[in-house]
Amino acid sequence: MLSILGYNAGPLLAQSILGLINGAFYALLSLGLAVIFGLLNIINFAHGALYMLGAVVSWVLLNHLGLGYWPSLLLAPLIVGAFGIVLERLFISKLYKLDHLYGLLLTFGIALIVEGLARNEFGSSGMSYAVPEALRGATRLGFMIMPTYRLWVVVASFVTCIATWFVLEKTSLGATLRAATENAALVQAFGVNVPRLITLTYGAGVALAALAGVMAAPVYSVNPGMGSNVIIVVFAVVVIGGMGSILGSILTGFGLGLIEGFTKFVYPQGSGVVVFVLMVIVLLLRPAGLFGKAA
Amino acid sequence: MPDPMLQVAGLNAWYGESHILHGVDFEVNEGEVVTLLGRNGAGKTTTMKSVMGLVAKRTGSVKFKGQETVGLRSDLIARAGIALCPEERGIFASLNVTENLMLPPVVAPGGLTVAEIYELFPNLKERAGSQGTKLSGGEQQMLAIGRILRTGAKFLMLDEPTEGLAPVIVQQIGRTIREIKKRGFTVLLVEQNFRFAATVADRHYVMDHGVVIDMIPNAELEASMDKLHDYLGV
Repeated sequence: MLSILGYNAGPLLAQSILGLINGAFYALLSLGLAVIFGLLNIINFAHGALYMLGAVVSWVLLNHLGLGYWPSLLLAPLIVGAFGIVLERLFISKLYKLDHLYGLLLTFGIALIVEGLARNEFGSSGMSYAVPEALRGATRLGFMIMPTYRLWVVVASFVTCIATWFVLEKTSLGATLRAATENAALVQAFGVNVPRLITLTYGAGVALAALAGVMAAPVYSVNPGMGSNVIIVVFAVVVIGGMGSILGSILTGFGLGLIEGFTKFVYPQGSGVVVFVLMVIVLLLRPAGLFGKAA
Repeated sequence: MPDPMLQVAGLNAWYGESHILHGVDFEVNEGEVVTLLGRNGAGKTTTMKSVMGLVAKRTGSVKFKGQETVGLRSDLIARAGIALCPEERGIFASLNVTENLMLPPVVAPGGLTVAEIYELFPNLKERAGSQGTKLSGGEQQMLAIGRILRTGAKFLMLDEPTEGLAPVIVQQIGRTIREIKKRGFTVLLVEQNFRFAATVADRHYVMDHGVVIDMIPNAELEASMDKLHDYLGV
């Protein structure tokens, strides 16, 4: 049997590919964070809570309204995105003239409130969400057998990331967003309604988090704490990739998922900390992140 | 005599706590090229930013085509038909030349087509795919002027378009200003270089310490040289 560094290649590869599933969620979440940070200059600490809300909303849609996974994939991001727009208009928009720190504190507070309310309503134990019928079973990939739903998560997340990247880099809307990230006052002086653009961008970033939440519901259990579990790792991903870099957050998200999976096979005890060890190394060697531009 | 296209009266403006404009008065008629002359810090750039709605606080009156614009958001002022080419040019590093050119939304019909802009500035066409800030200073200035010609705004404010540029580029920008005047655009120009201003403008306002202190028609510029040297301290 083929071997890499003395390990069997098959299981090593399989474990790494499974790491891609975590990576898919890291990428989707850090992408939304990067988009929001780029334009709003807000470190959106509520991102994890909004991801959780995406999962909870799809659970509610299923169990109270009988709407399954596929409608949820569209509806939950819309509902949570609309909630994000309300948050931005009512609270976050008041902080743009202040230091980053205030936005961080505010969104951290929002995260605690949203999680607290969810815990009050649904309890702390996880609620299960069945894998949709069409995606049950396993798919043979040649070198490994992968649960079909997990394969779907990796592919759907990757496609969403690429589509987001395309909109930002290749369309006129994306050009306007990039320009507003550089100099919002001038873009507004050209006749663009920048405040509305900012609101919609926050809504879109939040919708991405909620989409990740819907996709996560069948993989992890739906519970109010799921956001705070993942968000710390996602912040590490953003720091490693470089604040505000779109392509950087996508590549870093998937890449770190792979590295985590690889570590789980080679040195399982280290899999929980490998991302943070990398973060420390990157911060020491390249403080602006792998893909970030030095300020 | 029809009403002026832009009528500024008693304009005051502040950056934070500092009071920069102390009651600026001037007018620009449709089809004119008018300059604001004055020393550094006289308030010329702040006047343009105030007209555009880019200062934190302003009072007084800025009427554009009879409509009061003090208190309007800058995007609504732009939509009314005023476009600014800022002093620092404002070319976006994360956008290529074409994206920079297409960035300002069209606010009215009658702007130049992209082909016409390339005809005025052939260099831009060759560099369409380059990153905006990789262009030379002169090319960036052409891009900054070109992109506001597309929008259909007929009132253009150019803040020191010749600053730091080679004589041959300055001449090209002079030709451009005369060309767009011929096409019916109205131009408010901030200039340090009054010799350049004399080749394009109809009238000159002189500013000092945040107020307009004199108005000199271009025809009287030669005769007013002593006065002007005194104002500008050159």
